[in-house]
Amino acid sequence: MNERIEKLRELSLNQKPSISVERAILLTEFYRNDVAERVSVPVRRALAFQHILQTKTLFIGDGELIVGERGPSPKATPTYPEICIHTLKDLDILHSRKRIPYLVDDETRKIYETTLIPFWKGKSLRDRIFQEMSDEWKAAYDAGMFTEFMEQRSPGHTALGDKIYTKGVLDLKEDIREGVTRLDFYNDPQAYDKMEELRAMDIAADALMLYARRHAERLQQLAKTEKDDKRKRELQRMAEICQHVPAHAPRTFYEALQYYWFVHMGVITEVNPWDSFNPGRLDQHLYPFYKRELEAGTLTEEEARELLQAFWIKFNNQPAPPKVGVTAEESSTYTDFALINLGGVREDGSDAVNELSYLILDVVEEMRLVQPSSMVQLSKKNPDRFLARALKIIRTGFGQPSVFNTDAIVQELVRQGKSIEDARCGGASGCVESGAFGKEAYILTGYFNLPKVLEVTLNNGIDPQTGKRIGLETGDPTTFQTFDQLFAAFRTQLRHFVDIKIRGNNIVDRLYARYIPVPFLSLFIDDCIERGKDYHDGGARYNTSYIQGVGLGTVTDAMTSLKYNVFDKAHVTMGNLLHTLKTDFGEDGQLRHRFLNETPKYGNDDDYADDIMKQTFTAYYDAVDGRPNPRGGTHRINLLPTTVHIYFGSKVGALPDGRKAAEPLSEGISPVQGADRKGPTAVLKSAAKMDHIRTGGTLLNQKFTPQLLSDDEGIAKMAHLIRTYFRMDGHHIQFNVVTAEILRDAQEHPEKYRNLIVRVAGYSDYFVGLGADLQNEIIKRTEHQGF
Amino acid sequence: MTMPQGTIFDIKRFAIHDGPGIRTTVFLKGCPLRCSWCHNPEGQNPDPEPAMPVVAVPDSSERSPDEIVGRVLEVEDVVKELESDILFFDESGGGVTFSGGEPFAQPEFLDALLDACRTRKLHTCLDTSGYAPAELFALFRDRVDLYLYDLKLMDDAEHQKYTGVSNRSILDNLRTLDELQRKVVVRFLVIPGLTDTEDNISATLGFLASLRNLRDVSLLPYHRIAAEKYRRLRRKNEMEGLSPPSDEVMKSLRTRFESCGMKVTIGA
Repeated sequence: MNERIEKLRELSLNQKPSISVERAILLTEFYRNDVAERVSVPVRRALAFQHILQTKTLFIGDGELIVGERGPSPKATPTYPEICIHTLKDLDILHSRKRIPYLVDDETRKIYETTLIPFWKGKSLRDRIFQEMSDEWKAAYDAGMFTEFMEQRSPGHTALGDKIYTKGVLDLKEDIREGVTRLDFYNDPQAYDKMEELRAMDIAADALMLYARRHAERLQQLAKTEKDDKRKRELQRMAEICQHVPAHAPRTFYEALQYYWFVHMGVITEVNPWDSFNPGRLDQHLYPFYKRELEAGTLTEEEARELLQAFWIKFNNQPAPPKVGVTAEESSTYTDFALINLGGVREDGSDAVNELSYLILDVVEEMRLVQPSSMVQLSKKNPDRFLARALKIIRTGFGQPSVFNTDAIVQELVRQGKSIEDARCGGASGCVESGAFGKEAYILTGYFNLPKVLEVTLNNGIDPQTGKRIGLETGDPTTFQTFDQLFAAFRTQLRHFVDIKIRGNNIVDRLYARYIPVPFLSLFIDDCIERGKDYHDGGARYNTSYIQGVGLGTVTDAMTSLKYNVFDKAHVTMGNLLHTLKTDFGEDGQLRHRFLNETPKYGNDDDYADDIMKQTFTAYYDAVDGRPNPRGGTHRINLLPTTVHIYFGSKVGALPDGRKAAEPLSEGISPVQGADRKGPTAVLKSAAKMDHIRTGGTLLNQKFTPQLLSDDEGIAKMAHLIRTYFRMDGHHIQFNVVTAEILRDAQEHPEKYRNLIVRVAGYSDYFVGLGADLQNEIIKRTEHQGF
Repeated sequence: MTMPQGTIFDIKRFAIHDGPGIRTTVFLKGCPLRCSWCHNPEGQNPDPEPAMPVVAVPDSSERSPDEIVGRVLEVEDVVKELESDILFFDESGGGVTFSGGEPFAQPEFLDALLDACRTRKLHTCLDTSGYAPAELFALFRDRVDLYLYDLKLMDDAEHQKYTGVSNRSILDNLRTLDELQRKVVVRFLVIPGLTDTEDNISATLGFLASLRNLRDVSLLPYHRIAAEKYRRLRRKNEMEGLSPPSDEVMKSLRTRFESCGMKVTIGA
């Protein structure tokens, strides 16, 4: 990287995240104005958005090529009191905790105390959500049966398609105008609602153009006073770009990047959506500009590289919005889950890998930033050299890119009812979630604790951690004569908790539609303008709600142990087993030894255990898939944990697979940590026995030592491993390429390893910033040594 | 006819250093050699035997019970395991490797396994010391796609001293394979102070030069992975304290073998 980029990157890495109160103040200012009271909800949201963008502090850094910051300066992170309001205690913890702190200055604290908390307390959407949830929902939530994604952040969970590369915001305004003229007040009872939504979108469109114009003016001023001729010309050029985009469609590679960045700023300023925002198939969208300009001689490869690097740094400047209700221990992450997709297939199904795919991989390798995250989509049509290039970056141990199976993603999306073209233009965003980019609201609603369901089943509806009844009475397990009886009880309990979760989801979904519409995001997702409907209200072409199953490996192994040791082999009675669990294996090391070492386990290509995994998967799928959501779409499942398997584990007592109380659950669809003993091919075979195509994404984590990838032969063998997993329809695989030794040393001497990034689950993060539990777990994950 | 049984001590999937592609390696138990540096000491005794467990029983003050190394399996049990990874073999051009121990020490079992692989069109590798009667060698020749053939010491007295057997049949069998133009990779074990002496290196190169077709050589540096196995088996590790050869030593050996017209890889 050149000197400029090196400097910008250092600045970004060294800048400490802080909380900026500016957005919250501007928002509150607006909500206090009586204009806010006189307009419809969508228009109110749009006017609030406009007020923020026209008033907020602008930042243009020395040497920057892409402009626009969410806060008043890099890593100054706004809060979103309309969604959730931080308490003073939250602010104190965020400020002082060791890991992932956000600095809070006295002024911010004071404004929270005197203005923000008094105004928003009881009024945030989070307050409304908890008011509306039923007692049984709250009991299950408190027991750690599931989480609720939207209690702190708005739905989001989407990636942009190709829309902005051919349409300027003025074109979108034209589409809105047409939409308004098409409204049929005689026959469409929703016509007024649609008009208000379109009006809101129009205001939001103006707001973004205003934001860009403010930048253009500032850049012109800076150019006037700039002494350095080269920088002066740069500033002038940047000003011209900001005058052209986003109002008009981009003409150049540079304009395309700057346009996207303005949209990104808009989306994450409007609310705090999950996964921030994401350009999706970046190599596809930018390639026409790149090719044309390279041929015309108006852009060189080096210029494109520098612009992409500058673009990368902008992502790194935007830490995830900090949570409320935090504990000092809970460290979360700065990463905000933007996942750049490379490779895959084109709309017509052909190989989409191009020169830019490789150039962007160079950028990923050189920048080594946790944000944005990156992945390669690998289709059977993509060349091996593309995968080999990705593996050469993976082996450097920085956790990117992860590898996704395009052919599986396309099948998943088509099965869900998407057109083949929309499916091919899609990909994966966030952690591993499949989506039709630019056309789908695919909202993750919360994690679901599968082993907890089993624990409650084994206690006939009681949560043994609290003694409270939270589930149904499905029978005293000591009276079960067969494994089938036990499984039937589990299925009934599972359905019960899924019902509770879905009921909650359907309310939360409407709360967002009613109170927090997102007219700005709606501008860019098809077919919100055409339908005159908000992204939160079914405006997208496709609408999905996911419930993410967690602990599949753990629940499978626990269930397998019950079948094997109680019913098939009669090594132990159900009564004795339940007693042992109650004592957390206190007196019985031998029984635990049997459970851990002499019982079939998922992840070893052993049908005995793997069949139970399939059975459990199917039960979960049947309970969730196809059930309607309020946006005219359906609920679906996916299987990913981020880091919640640690929290969920803390809520579950000892289990029959030998897991002790409070230990983490298995993550994603990976086997229980240490349970897989037959090497990676057996893990992949086991994992591929589930029907990935009926999910919206699965996460498989594998740890490899760098030596395994040290030469071309090692790279080739790893590539064969991935290709074979994908032949079996595996959705995704990611690698932690580090040694346990290095990680232990990093625990001892974090100061020496500040730069060490590991793959956590669906994203990468700095190892030294992770909690001790998670660090230990990453160390424990089976190391597949090829030696 | 009953299918023969055999004793194995491991079946390792995703073996990536035992021949081309992704392979499954079957380790047959029992070996007529007693190499001082043996890195698979659990492969020597033909019968299952106790060893201290890899993972102790958690939270138990009692001494963890021994586990048994080695299992007696039917051919079909082994074949079922081999078939599990066929997709990986297909994708990578891999297959099955028989190692040990010495696979020739269980001729009937090996015979049936090779037959089963042939029927299923699985690529086969034989990782062998070469120590077997010539007639036995001839019996299997047409069903082995690739030999991984160990060479240790050229001086017969030395060979007997450090491995317990004469190297005569080993060298003869290799010569025959060469004459018949079978695919062979010679694995030369670099044991510091024992096999890397000037005398042994030049004798080895002299022998290889006398072969007509064979050109592929792997130089396998001594490593310490076996130390833990000796401890678990409660056996003396004769190589205790021996350091692996340095990279420089390996590189200079590589140059030397290459200058004699060999195609050399290090480590596999």
